[in-house]
Amino acid sequence: MPVKTKPMPELVRGAAHPMEKYLRTERLPHIWCSGCGLGTALSSFLYAVDDLKLDPDKVAVVSGIGCTGRIAGYVRMDTYHTTHGRAIPFATGLKLAKPELKVVVYSGDGDLFAIGGNHFIHAARRNMDLTVLCVNNFNYGMTGGQVGPTTPVGARTTTTPFGNFEHTFNLVHLAASAGATYVARWTVLDGRRLKEGIKEALTHKGFTFVEIVAPCPTNYGRRNRIGEGLDELRFYRENTVIRHGTDPKAAPLEPGKPIVVGKFVDIQKPTHLDLYETKAAEVRK
Amino acid sequence: MTARELWAGNIAIAEGALAAGVDFYAGYPITPSSEIMEHLARALPKRGGVFFQAEDEIAAIFSLIGASWAGARAMTATSGPGFSLMQEGLGIAIMTETPLVVVDVMRLGPGTGQASRAGQGDLMQARWGRHGDQHLVVLAPATAQDCFDLTVLAVNTAEKLRVPVVILSDELIAHTWEPVKLKEQEERWERPRPRSQEPPFGADHPARIPPMPPLGKGFDVSVTGSTHDAWGVRATSDPKIHRQLVERLGQKILAHRVEFTVYEAHGVEEAEVGIVAFGSAARSALAAQHLLAQQGIRAGVVVLKTLWPLPEEPMEELARRVQALLVPELNLGQLRLDVERLAAGRCPVIGLSKVGGGLPIYPSEIAAKVQEVVR
Ligand code: SF4
Repeated sequence: MPVKTKPMPELVRGAAHPMEKYLRTERLPHIWCSGCGLGTALSSFLYAVDDLKLDPDKVAVVSGIGCTGRIAGYVRMDTYHTTHGRAIPFATGLKLAKPELKVVVYSGDGDLFAIGGNHFIHAARRNMDLTVLCVNNFNYGMTGGQVGPTTPVGARTTTTPFGNFEHTFNLVHLAASAGATYVARWTVLDGRRLKEGIKEALTHKGFTFVEIVAPCPTNYGRRNRIGEGLDELRFYRENTVIRHGTDPKAAPLEPGKPIVVGKFVDIQKPTHLDLYETKAAEVRK
Repeated sequence: MTARELWAGNIAIAEGALAAGVDFYAGYPITPSSEIMEHLARALPKRGGVFFQAEDEIAAIFSLIGASWAGARAMTATSGPGFSLMQEGLGIAIMTETPLVVVDVMRLGPGTGQASRAGQGDLMQARWGRHGDQHLVVLAPATAQDCFDLTVLAVNTAEKLRVPVVILSDELIAHTWEPVKLKEQEERWERPRPRSQEPPFGADHPARIPPMPPLGKGFDVSVTGSTHDAWGVRATSDPKIHRQLVERLGQKILAHRVEFTVYEAHGVEEAEVGIVAFGSAARSALAAQHLLAQQGIRAGVVVLKTLWPLPEEPMEELARRVQALLVPELNLGQLRLDVERLAAGRCPVIGLSKVGGGLPIYPSEIAAKVQEVVR
């Protein structure tokens, strides 16, 4: 459960945040814990939209369930908070029925890769024109810190009280092998590069994927002696290496190894919509 | 000029969808519904519509929900096991007031049951298959003509009331070829659209359907499957908002029920015994009525084509007139429970259940049961 913080006093609030125009400020304060990586993840996305001068009316944000799933509720665009794991098929229908929209799926590791894993690989295979942003915080935050498909081996969670013994997904490798045409990974420490990565993902045609490594101090950090959110950011600073173009297979997130970030895949391939339209034009003749 | 076609039930459903302006179909193959999908896989791309074969039934129904919010008239078809997988999506479609149509061509369950054999065991699932208090509309064709007409009605009702509509067909109807009469033009009901910034999830009157904002037009719609207020803001602890919402979701359907309530009453005025049925069992009931007439027994038959909300009046009236009510169905007695409730002790209600092998209930079996009762 995210810890509820008190509303921010006016004094601290100070001047409006430059990205406030994209937020449903009436719903703030948000529910996220202090030290959580989700704030940076969200603002990086909003800065990307702003930099690209996208018409916010033409951007739809779809989320699943979980702490990251709450992003949809805070963004002042057309937003959809769906059920657990189903953001991608929902977004697929949206995109197919209204191709002129930019459709962004913003959700967490458990939502997209456990319950929603099947949808992810098929959307990537089809090169469905979607941008999928995944906040990977290595556990299920919202439900109280249970093990997930990206939890490192040995990590303690509420359902692996003796340490996780299951193998984990390397999300960037999974995305690339399933057919994603743009794949990158950044941490929330590096908001600027993350923003640039999201901008590239938003402008790339086809299925694009950005993994956003983020701290969950409340549930993951605390149980795994990482400490506060800030401690985890410090860990990123000391242990992150940028390796553009590296084979994503060679970039798993493993305890004791550096966090490899960068752009791993950037290729062009006809999208599902391109191929559907070509076929439809053929049969209409 | 009215045209006539010879169609199997499944084809009539697919053609009904096209006539109703369905422009988005997503599905996953499953017997005995696949002909609907195959028919639309050919037809939709030619007409500028979208056909999408999803990775599973869950993806199919969720892509329908997305497409519907994007403005499409969206439909899918499946059978029992796929219908089970779609319950999650149906629940959120009810909660988010999303128009869509799900066709369930029933086969025998539970589990994988007898895959391509006719059954009518999904009646209760269609009504109550999801968690939480909820209502939707369920229609049931008995002929190929019904398949066509009720699909048009289903799409129109879904749009007008912002509610998912389920069509319960069964394998016997799906694969029976019959003539279907076509009108020149089908009526078209549209979903309500907001004139300006109007609350998309609230209404001042239970009969009023809140307008559904179009996507990409600056309405900044906020859609959530969680309990929400009139503007779509999550309200996950307020008891009043929750109660108002779930009550309104049911009331809006009831307030408009005359618009989608369809049933046939045959010979009920003179009836000494009544038969209530739907789908393929109703066809046998009508044939049994003739057999019984030859033996001087006056049976009244109510064929239900709207199964939920149930048209209660014809059954209550029948129960007042007859010695007994017979409910033949291809399950272990699901409709019978409702008929018992409506008869309310006015006459005995007798079930005639047949399950297994996909065999229809034969008219002679119904007639024999009636004879037993009146004797
Ligand atoms: S992800 Fe973790 S830190 Fe962030 S809001 Fe959820 S529980 Fe709190």
